[in-house]
Amino acid sequence: MKTPVAAALAGLSAALLALAGTVAAEGQRCEVPDYLLFGNNELKHVTEAVKKDRRLTIAVVGTGSSILAGPDGPLSAYPARLEEALKRRLPSVAVKVVTLVRTRMSAEDLARGMAKWLVDEKPDLVIWQTGTVDAIRRIEPDDFRAALEEGVETLHKGGADVILMNMQYSPRTDIMIAPGPYADNMRVVAQQHEVPLFDRLAIMRHWSETGAFDLYAAGKDNVLAHRVHDCIGRSIASMIIDAAHLRSVDPKAGQ
Amino acid sequence: MHAPTGRDLRLDFFRGIALWLIFLDHIPSNLVAWGTIRNYGFSDATEIFVFVSGYTAAFVYGKEMRERGFIIAGAHILRRAWQIYVAHVFLFAIYLAEISYVATSFENPLYAEEMNILDFLKQPDVTIVQALLLKFKPSNMDVLPLYIILLLLFPPILWLLQFRSSLALGASVLLYVLTWHFNWNMPSYPSGHWYFNPFAWQLLFVFGAWCALGGAQRLSRVSQSPVTVSIAAAYLLFAFVISLTWYLPGMSQYVPHWLEELIYPIDKVNLDVLRFAHFLALAVLTVRFVPRDWPLLKSWWAWPPIVCGQHSLEIFCLGVFLSFAAHFAMVEVSTAVWVQFVASGVGIVVMVAVAGLLGWYKRAEERSPGSRRRKTPDADLAGGEA
Repeated sequence: MKTPVAAALAGLSAALLALAGTVAAEGQRCEVPDYLLFGNNELKHVTEAVKKDRRLTIAVVGTGSSILAGPDGPLSAYPARLEEALKRRLPSVAVKVVTLVRTRMSAEDLARGMAKWLVDEKPDLVIWQTGTVDAIRRIEPDDFRAALEEGVETLHKGGADVILMNMQYSPRTDIMIAPGPYADNMRVVAQQHEVPLFDRLAIMRHWSETGAFDLYAAGKDNVLAHRVHDCIGRSIASMIIDAAHLRSVDPKAGQ
Repeated sequence: MHAPTGRDLRLDFFRGIALWLIFLDHIPSNLVAWGTIRNYGFSDATEIFVFVSGYTAAFVYGKEMRERGFIIAGAHILRRAWQIYVAHVFLFAIYLAEISYVATSFENPLYAEEMNILDFLKQPDVTIVQALLLKFKPSNMDVLPLYIILLLLFPPILWLLQFRSSLALGASVLLYVLTWHFNWNMPSYPSGHWYFNPFAWQLLFVFGAWCALGGAQRLSRVSQSPVTVSIAAAYLLFAFVISLTWYLPGMSQYVPHWLEELIYPIDKVNLDVLRFAHFLALAVLTVRFVPRDWPLLKSWWAWPPIVCGQHSLEIFCLGVFLSFAAHFAMVEVSTAVWVQFVASGVGIVVMVAVAGLLGWYKRAEERSPGSRRRKTPDADLAGGEA
């Protein structure tokens, strides 16, 4: 497992190589149970784009928890890790992941920009990360749900597949930010519009409960954030490959 | 026509249990909360709390209104609303302390976005004023503002309930229906609306009051018929099966699509009909199987929930505070399962102990010479509170 990782990163700096070492070792520890990752909802445009054109453009639309700060942030955040994982597992496909991150934007704000981003980037798949800002501002759950539906419908009409991604599991703040109603609405919208839901909340809670990560930790250290984002990126890669029925190299490597 | 005299201990018992469940549900990531009713059906402890509060408010202030008139009883109801307002502001102060502590002690790049919750500390002039206006309500602090509004509007409703009880209940149902139709709610700060929409939740409060003033007796032939009891049991089973699919995602494929379309979302904000019906079903079965003179209610082991239910305002506030404290302990000490059990258990013991102490104070004051407390039933009638 280490060899392909190292090969893929050969062009990058020595610092990143060192990080890749920890990541590969860590990979064994952030497993996600199948029921959290794999469902019945399919990604048909992705299947088509990969089979016909051998290319796959993914847009990550989201807020602050889709990026990491610092000079190595962009390369360590989950969109970049997802791109890396997909390139490794789909070597014959030209994979491109673009990020459209707008901090402090609610689902409604993001939904409004969807049509424009579709035209700009023409993604085959949009990963829509949302919910945190809405939960912080305690936006009306009904309005949140309406915005989700509007956004998903816009994307479907524009010919893109959608994966919804909910909020992070954040044990320190969850007495102040109640994710419940927002996570529920995302689950309902995903079910009704038959799009996969990347249940980041449940997955990170699983990691916390199994001891894979200490999400209660405090400190300015970036290591935890980098590891968590790497695991998220690789888990989404597994989800995409499964939901689009793609044949990949080393199917277990992404989990 | 009126309910039998003497306090129905079942009310205190179940309100006490509801207060414990609210405390347990308010501790995030608490394994013990898996045992609370919200995980086994549509409704949760909030419904019990609001219903019993309406019932006891009508029981206590209704008696006073008959004996001493509208003005005196109305004044006492408003004083109660003021006490709850003060309690809410006190809880807000505790919340500010907790969040400020987190702001200065917790820094993790993974959670940079979640730290935006602290934005409101940057403009205390706006936030604190909005909190005093009951528009800014941090999470877990929505129940008391609802209670305040319900009590503020209660004097005329109680008056109507005494003379034209069906008309009052009909008006309440009408308001509920209109609220759903026109999407009425109260505005919140910085956006959105009240988490417990008072125009919708008033239905449960008024229904509780209506039951207290003889409605329960009038309904008893219907509510206790074998047909009703079996429908209630079947509905609870249905809700239980649906709730299982929330936690065992593999099962959700067995729920037909049309049924999902029909029941979701189950709206807590506006007291979804499914939630209301779930509470009614629970109430029907409870009244059927827990008689008023249930011997256990008089035994020593029923005392802890009863004494908590009899001091509901204080114990509710204490519960919110203790849930902050338990969360704090879990974050700072350990999240091991035993810590969760200990924190939950200690919390309930503290609630019972404080309730016992409050009862002791009350009895001591009643015994003191020159005490006139007996005449002001704001909080005490047969040892209980409205």
